[in-house]
Amino acid sequence: MTALVEHIVNPTLIEARERPELIGGGFFAWAREKLFYSWLSSLTTLVLLAAMAKVGISLFQWAFLDAVWSVPAGPQGPITDSCRALGSGACWAVIREKYRFILFGTYPFEQHWRPAIVIALFVGLFVVSAMKRFWRIELAALWGLMLLLIGLLMWGGIFGLTFVSQANWGGLALTLIIATIGVAIAFPLSVLVALGRRSDLPFIKWLCVAYVEVIRGVPLITLLFMASVMFPLLMPEGVNLDKLVRAQIAIILFFAAYLAEVVRGGLQALPKGQYEAAYVLGLSYWQTSRRIVLPQALRTVIPPLVNNFIGFFKDTSLVLIIGLYDLLHSAQVAVAEPAWQGFGVETYIFAGLIYFAFCFAMSRYSQWLEFGLNMLRHR
Amino acid sequence: METFGNSHTRAGRPHSKLAVTLGAAVLVAAMAIAPFSAQAQTQSGQGGSASDKVDTLGAIKARGYFICGVAGDRPGFSFPDGKGVMQGLDADICRSVAAAIFGDPEKIRFTSLTSLTRFPALQSGEVDMLARFTTWTLTREASLGLDVASVYFYDGQGFMAKKSLGVKSALELDGATVCVTQGSTSEANMVDFFRAHNLALKPIVIEKIEQVRDALANNRCDAYTNDSTLLGSLKLSMGPAGDEYILLPDVISKEPLGTFVRKGDQRFFDIVRWTYIAMLTAEENGITKTNIDTFRKTRDPQNQRFMGETGDLGAALGLDAQWAVNVIKAVGNTAELWDRTIAGLGIQRGVNRLAKDGGLQYAPPMR
Repeated sequence: MTALVEHIVNPTLIEARERPELIGGGFFAWAREKLFYSWLSSLTTLVLLAAMAKVGISLFQWAFLDAVWSVPAGPQGPITDSCRALGSGACWAVIREKYRFILFGTYPFEQHWRPAIVIALFVGLFVVSAMKRFWRIELAALWGLMLLLIGLLMWGGIFGLTFVSQANWGGLALTLIIATIGVAIAFPLSVLVALGRRSDLPFIKWLCVAYVEVIRGVPLITLLFMASVMFPLLMPEGVNLDKLVRAQIAIILFFAAYLAEVVRGGLQALPKGQYEAAYVLGLSYWQTSRRIVLPQALRTVIPPLVNNFIGFFKDTSLVLIIGLYDLLHSAQVAVAEPAWQGFGVETYIFAGLIYFAFCFAMSRYSQWLEFGLNMLRHR
Repeated sequence: METFGNSHTRAGRPHSKLAVTLGAAVLVAAMAIAPFSAQAQTQSGQGGSASDKVDTLGAIKARGYFICGVAGDRPGFSFPDGKGVMQGLDADICRSVAAAIFGDPEKIRFTSLTSLTRFPALQSGEVDMLARFTTWTLTREASLGLDVASVYFYDGQGFMAKKSLGVKSALELDGATVCVTQGSTSEANMVDFFRAHNLALKPIVIEKIEQVRDALANNRCDAYTNDSTLLGSLKLSMGPAGDEYILLPDVISKEPLGTFVRKGDQRFFDIVRWTYIAMLTAEENGITKTNIDTFRKTRDPQNQRFMGETGDLGAALGLDAQWAVNVIKAVGNTAELWDRTIAGLGIQRGVNRLAKDGGLQYAPPMR
C-alpha cells in the first residue's frame, strides 16, 4: 500500500533508484565490485580461488584421472592390488563389484530385477504425488495399488515369482520401503495426535501429550532396541513378529510423535477467528478440521514437515543396529570382505550420493511448493 | 482457476491420505501376517509354552526351513558376498544343520544379529540356533537358558601392537593406549588382564570393527585387542600399513566359539552336536565332499554306519539314514570347511586341527 502511495506522490522515485553504473557492467563489474574492491579483498579472493582450484584438481584427479575402474578376477576372488598401489586414486571397482549388493542387499541375485522395479515404482510414485494436478482422490487409490504391487513384487509367491522372505530384503529398496511406509502411516497419525493434543476432552488430550513426550524423550535407537530386544521377550513363546515389522512400527511411532508437534505448531499459528467463523457457520468439529483448519495449518508447516521427512529418510539408516541390511549397512558390509577392506570412502560416497539425490530433491520440491502455495495466500 | 485447483487440494488431500494409510496399513499388516502364518505352523508342532516337550525339530520341519542367527558382517565367519549369499564358517555350520535335517543346505534363513540382540533372539525363538562366533562361558550356559551343542572353533584374545613401541609382550604395554571393540568379552578380558598384572591402562572403546581401521591409521591406538583370528585378518587386509604392527604372542583368554541352542530340547541339541561331530569324523576318515560316493561300497563297519548303510544312527537322532552323507555333500568335512572360510583370512589352523594332528578337535565315536 505504502509503495503505491509513494509512487503517486513522487513519480520520479523509481528513476532515482536506478543504478546506471551497472548498465553494461555484467560479470566484470560485479566481480570488481564484490571480489576486487580493495587490495585486501583481491588478495583474499585470489588465495581462496587458488585453494579451491588445488582442492578441486586433486579431487578430480583422485576421483577420475587416477581412479581404478575395474580389477582382474583371481581364483580367490578379485585381486585388488592395483587399487592398493601407491598413488592410485579412487577404487571405483568396488562399486562395480558391489553395487547390486548395496542397492538390493541379500535379495536373491537372480531376482534383483524385482527390487529394481520396486525402486523405480517408488520414484515414479513420488514424482506423480508431487504434481499438484494429480492431487485428487484417484491418487490415493494409485498409492494403495502401488503398495500392493510393491508388496507383490518383493514377496512374490504367486504368478510364478519365487517367494522371498522379508529377512532377505535389503539395500535401497529396503530404505525406501521403511521410509515411505513410515511417513505414509505416521503423517495421518500425527495429524490425529496433534488434534488430540488440542482437544477439550482431557483423557484424549493427556493420552496424546504422554505419547508425544515419551517417544520424543527417547532416542530412536532406544526404540529400535526395545522393539528388537525387549519386545520378543514379552511375547508368549513361539509367537514372533518379524524383525522388520517391529522396526517399522517403532519407526512409525517415532516419526508420528515428531510430526505431531510440527502439525500442532501449524494449528497454533491459525488465528482463533478461523475456528469461530467455522463454528458460526454451523460446521461440525470434523468439518472444521478438514475444510478450514488443516488445509491452512498444514500449508503453514510445509517447510518443517519436509525438513522432518528429510531427517527421517536418513534416520532409517539406524536400523543397521538391529541387523537389517538397509542402504548404509549394505554399503558397510560390502567393504567387510577382506579383498575390499579399506575402500570405505568409495562406497560411502556412492551411498551418500544416493541419499543426497533423494534429500536434495525433497528440499527443492518443498521450496517450490512453498512458493506456489504462498503465491495464493499473498495474492 | 487457481482457487479451483486449491479447492481440489483441500478436498483431495484428506481422502488421499486416508487411502495411502489404508494401502500402507495393508502392506504392514501383510508383513505382520506373513511371519505369523509361518509361525502358526510352528506353534502347531510345538505343544505348549514352557512345557518340557519342546519340539524344535518338528517346528523346523513344519516351517520348511531352518533359521540361523549369524553376525552377517564378519568376513571368514559370516558375511554376504557380492551376490548377497551368506559365506563363512558360521554360515556353513548353519548350513550343515539344515542339510542334516532336510538333506538340503539351502532350506535355511539367516538372521543377522548384533552382539546385543543375539541372545534375546535365540531365547525368544526368533532363531533356532546361534552360530555367531559366540564364546562358551559358564554364565551364558547357566543363566541364559542356553546350551552349547558343539565347539567349532577355538579362538583366543591377543594383542596387535605398533612396531615402533618396541614391545615384545603384552606385559610391556604398561600405560599404553589400547583400543577395544564395545560390548564384547574382549573388553572385560583386557581390563582383567591389566588389573591382574598391575598395569596402567588407557582404553579407547570403539563401536564398530570398521572404525578400528581408521583409528589405527590415525595413530589413535598403541595397541588393539580382539580375538586373534580377527587381528590376523585385520593385519592382512591393511596391506602395507599392516606391516607397521606386530601380533604379540600372549593369548589372554580362551574363546571357544560354540553353537548355541535353547535349553530343554535334547533332541535338537543332539542333532546340532552330532552334525558337527559327523564333519569331524569325515575328516578323520578322509571322507570329503567329492569322494564321499566312493565310500558307498566300503567294508569298514565304521564308515558303513556313517554312510547309513548299516545301523540306525539317523533314526536315533530322528533324522534320515543319509543325514551324515547329506551334511558332507552340502558343506564338506571340517578341513574343507576351514580351507573355504577361515584359511582365506591368512590364519593358521593351530589348535583347531584334529586331535590326531595335535589339535583340540576330537570326535567321539559314532555308533
